[in-house]
Amino acid sequence: MPDSEGPRAPLSGRARLVQSLRRPSRGQAVVGVLLAAVGFAAVTQVHASSATSSYAGYREQDLIDLLNGLTTASQRSRDDLAKLEADRAALQDSTSKRQAALSQARQLTRNLQILTGQVPVTGPGMVVTVVGGNVTVDSMLDTIEELRTAGAEAIAINNTRLTASSFIQAAATGLLVDGTVMSGPYTLRVIGDPTLLSAAMVFAEGPKAQLEANGAAVNIQTSDKVQIMAVASAGSTQFIQPQ
Amino acid sequence: MIAILGLVVGVVAGLFFAPDVPVGLEPYLPIAVVAALDAVFGGLRALLDGIFDDKVFVVSFISNVLIAAAIVFTGDKLGVGGQLSTGVIVVLGIRIFSNVAAIRRHLFHA
Repeated sequence: MPDSEGPRAPLSGRARLVQSLRRPSRGQAVVGVLLAAVGFAAVTQVHASSATSSYAGYREQDLIDLLNGLTTASQRSRDDLAKLEADRAALQDSTSKRQAALSQARQLTRNLQILTGQVPVTGPGMVVTVVGGNVTVDSMLDTIEELRTAGAEAIAINNTRLTASSFIQAAATGLLVDGTVMSGPYTLRVIGDPTLLSAAMVFAEGPKAQLEANGAAVNIQTSDKVQIMAVASAGSTQFIQPQ
Repeated sequence: MIAILGLVVGVVAGLFFAPDVPVGLEPYLPIAVVAALDAVFGGLRALLDGIFDDKVFVVSFISNVLIAAAIVFTGDKLGVGGQLSTGVIVVLGIRIFSNVAAIRRHLFHA
């Protein structure tokens, strides 16, 4: 406790501080120099620690720990990457499988539509016009049969597309094809190999000869592009069922 | 008053010049700064206690800095540099705390 009765009473701490602030002395100058050094060094260190981005000044142990940490993190990232790539490959695989199945189904549908005469078709083939004469059911059926034997893929008589269940009957004015009455002239549009098709018509005692024997004029025109716009309806079944 | 002026001058010079720390000194500068801070607070406490002597202050300042740096340097050579650095910081921190507590008691009587 400070004694307040002596001639120079000891000052309290606060008073000493205030007194030193008011009275500069040589000692203070020395302290000032040292504090300047401290301030300078502290500011420099703060600047260095905030600005440094290289590992040049690190201790070896710190660098080793840093390397271990980074190696572990990168290993984990690599594992994640491998797992995600495997997932992606599996998904791509299943997608491509589904797409392959889908395109196969579409192809099958298209083929079936072509074969059952439900879509307009085009291709190389032949156009046969039969004018006049007496065209019988037999001669027409023979013609169609020869064309099919020669590999005709689609046949249309006038505006009727022939299908697997087409039938031809005699009619008063001409022919009844698939329930449609038609009389001459008949235009047969056939799609297939033009050479084979025309050969199927013109061989000795073939369809052409048969039709001409009945008085018709037969004109055969092969072409690279024959269009058949006539389509058949899908029809319904009554008795048939798949196995 | 001059002392505080010196501190301000040092801080301003540091901000103005912004020098780069030499790579070899990089681990030692923070230790030196903390040791210097400990000496400064010790000096301030001595002033408030009425036993301040500038010679003592200068010697304690320089010896604090040198001894702290020497301890850390030896630790680096022995391979325990990081741990010794931590230890020195802890001890200096404890001393700063006790000095500041004494200063607080003088200034605020609390």
